[in-house]
Amino acid sequence: MSKIHVTTVVNGDEVEFLADPRETLLDCLRDHLGLTGSKEGCGTGDCGACSVTVDGVLVSSCLMLGVEAQGKRIATIEGMANGEELHPLQRQFVEHAALQCGFCTPGILVAAKALLEKNPDPTETEVRYWLAGNLCRCTGYDKIIRAVMDAASEMRGAA
Amino acid sequence: MPKDDIKEFRLVGTRPNRPDGLDKVTGRARYGADITAPGMLWGAVLRSPHAHAKILKIDTSKAEALTGVKAVVTRADFPTGLTGEEWNLQENTMAGEKALYDGHAIAAVAATSSLIAQEAVRLIEVDYEVLPHVTDVDDAIKPDAPVIREGAADASVPEGMPPNVVKYFEFGRGDTAAGFKDADLVMERSFKTEATHQGYIEPHACLGQLGADGKGEMWVCTQGQWFIRQMCSAVLGLNAAQLRVTPSEIGGGFGGKTTIFMEPLSLALSQKAGGRPVKIVMSRSEVLRATGPTASASMDVKIGMTKDGKLTAARAEFRMQGGAFPGAPVDMALYCCLAPYKIENVEHIGYDVLANRPKCAAYRAPGSPMGAFAVESLIDEMCRKLDLDPMEVRLKNAVREGDQASYGPTFGSIGLVEVLEATAKHPNLSVPLGPNQGRGVASGYWFNHNGETSVSMAISEDGTAQVSVGTPDIGGSRASIALMVAETLGIAYEDVRVNVVETGALGVNEPTHGSRATFATGKAATIAARAAIKEMCRRAANEWGIDEEAVEWVDGAAQPAGPNAGDYPPMSIKDIAKNMGSTGGPISGHHESVPDGVGASFGCHVVDVEVDPETGLTKILRYLVVQDAGRAIHPSYVEGQYQGGAVQGIGWALNEEYVYGKDGRLQNPIFLDYRMPVASDLPMIDTMIVEVPNPGHPFGVRGVGETGITPPLPAIANAIQGATGVRMSHLPMTPTKVLAALKASQE
Ligand code: FES
Ligand code: FES
Repeated sequence: MSKIHVTTVVNGDEVEFLADPRETLLDCLRDHLGLTGSKEGCGTGDCGACSVTVDGVLVSSCLMLGVEAQGKRIATIEGMANGEELHPLQRQFVEHAALQCGFCTPGILVAAKALLEKNPDPTETEVRYWLAGNLCRCTGYDKIIRAVMDAASEMRGAA
Repeated sequence: MPKDDIKEFRLVGTRPNRPDGLDKVTGRARYGADITAPGMLWGAVLRSPHAHAKILKIDTSKAEALTGVKAVVTRADFPTGLTGEEWNLQENTMAGEKALYDGHAIAAVAATSSLIAQEAVRLIEVDYEVLPHVTDVDDAIKPDAPVIREGAADASVPEGMPPNVVKYFEFGRGDTAAGFKDADLVMERSFKTEATHQGYIEPHACLGQLGADGKGEMWVCTQGQWFIRQMCSAVLGLNAAQLRVTPSEIGGGFGGKTTIFMEPLSLALSQKAGGRPVKIVMSRSEVLRATGPTASASMDVKIGMTKDGKLTAARAEFRMQGGAFPGAPVDMALYCCLAPYKIENVEHIGYDVLANRPKCAAYRAPGSPMGAFAVESLIDEMCRKLDLDPMEVRLKNAVREGDQASYGPTFGSIGLVEVLEATAKHPNLSVPLGPNQGRGVASGYWFNHNGETSVSMAISEDGTAQVSVGTPDIGGSRASIALMVAETLGIAYEDVRVNVVETGALGVNEPTHGSRATFATGKAATIAARAAIKEMCRRAANEWGIDEEAVEWVDGAAQPAGPNAGDYPPMSIKDIAKNMGSTGGPISGHHESVPDGVGASFGCHVVDVEVDPETGLTKILRYLVVQDAGRAIHPSYVEGQYQGGAVQGIGWALNEEYVYGKDGRLQNPIFLDYRMPVASDLPMIDTMIVEVPNPGHPFGVRGVGETGITPPLPAIANAIQGATGVRMSHLPMTPTKVLAALKASQE
């Protein structure tokens, strides 16, 4: 199958790649752009490990084709820290031991960031429902929820 | 219940950031599928659509003709003549004469892209003769069940057993008949649990390379790089020392990544493709169909109790299927199920049964959750009948140090009584319950494990320390090992780097399994650090010209002791390290052993549920885990193990199961249908760490990873009975099943 040339912006940088029309955005990020921070846990939209934002909207990158990225702005885990400086969510996750194996972590961080941009003061229940699309098999979610709540309050304090 | 004596440690018991935290929150950490190599090919696997079928013919010619395909392998490419578990592993890696389960590998392809490899797999033509199949354990043990494999039974199986029984266990003590006679209440119940998957979010992935000279390398997500090396070598007939295996970061394992699946296929494909590296990444449905879930179980339990709650006798008869190969953890289930109780008269019988399902793998406390579901459910029901407090009955019968365990050995130091006492005092037990709400408690047990362990520790030129360990960090073990080594050396936590190394760098290490990393690797690392300290004291003694024995190590420095005390200023680790090149060369410490002194861990869970009488849905309102850690080196990661184990148990209890259709195919091989708990299903998981130090470990560690998955199954069933009056005896307790049981009870 002939490949299609795609130009898009990832984490603020303009990038281009050749995508087979069958390849997902996740495949393209990982295999063509070397951005392996987004993970494939299921490939069917059920685990959230591949979460990225496309034009600010949270999506499962395994459910979107790479060619659909043409002209869009993509944000992945690799763009979350500002240089050396971690996003409060990233820092709170480490401090709360909110990761064990860490495989779900990039997707959960991206999803949580999208939540806090929409709703800077979520209740525990709101955090739990927003993250219901992100599976974590290691932690039982307790420390993840606490880390998100604390990051939210830190960010409100800073604002 | 952290005790005050924990203050005797400077670092152990604190909660620093994990050393690999930054990599893991920035997406930099490299997991199994995150690596590529020059000249790399992609592998894909053709899998059987049948539960049981004779393989008449495999035609790979069309696949081979596809542009971009570099190698195709079938079982014909593997060495023959293997026996025992090595044959089982090879047969599971790739089917021989028969496909034994839906998803069994039939052939594999390597091609220049993943899409071409997948296309090539579709071009392979296989002629099958479909055979009758069996997937349910109670069907598989019938005398007239389809026979999975003739001659698979071992010597433990008495003459005349049904053909799929491959192992038989029978042990006990005392006189159960007399024990039941002494009881005021004797009850007998049957229980069933379904197979569940470990459900790690990272699918299996590897990158293997093997040359015509038999030298190879592999990058793989695994709990144990030496297990991968040994098993791949056995299956492919390689020289183990010629295969170098490097573990990637691991995205969860829970026991499921302690064995091989497609790893040998990448090596076989690579060799056939002229030594080009081959990457294979499983899809989620491959993970669910073809990697090891746990066993399913059918269990009968009979227990005798006096009216004041004393257990007089117990009999457990368990049947488990662990797929088309021997190895269901029925023995472990029997050992663990009565372990929390001091009972004089016990009888255990177990059957390991073959069925047309994937080869089971270890899953967190293998066997223990099933056995606990049966025993802890029945004890709870009996407490309700006799109007006894289930916590008091557990305390009254609790095993203590010096008691003989139900399965034979005598317990050393254990903390069950302390766990139960702490649980009984927890505020969660006095929260009032509303309508349709119930509270359940249950205990759980796991032995914990030592295993072959080899650790190397070296002092760097600047007085910091590097530790080479062989147990992959699956949940913060770099942090706990760094804490123990820093504590021992008297240096800062940040001055220790713990590296998980490849097979070429150390002697054999068993995987991170059996809750052993913090116990065994931690113990070995501590002993290695002590060896380095001894050497540093010797260097100082030489420098001062005094006797080596007259030097002690205090706060990260050698100082003269005894008659020489105060004669010389302390010589710090930095000073010693700086000069080590001229005082005798590099300073390091090693330790290799199967560390003794394993300490078992008991836990007790308390759960409050609300059952919706309209839908049968069970909601977890409150959850408490209390468990003996021995000593919590990094309490946050101990809590994490408690919470994660509990939630896996909650999934097993309420939602998760392998569903096979009449055709023997797995009907729910995606996460949408194999539904694991999500954040909105759960409350916070409360934890209480009890610390009854294990005298067999320098810091008192027992190991905490596994016990926590055991109590949720019965605790939730007990809570559901509290809420509804209905006893659920078959997991998972889905809304449909609970509703049906509610209806039946009202008729
Ligand atoms: S990999 Fe995309 S949702 Fe799981
Ligand atoms: S930390 Fe392992 S899946 Fe979330």
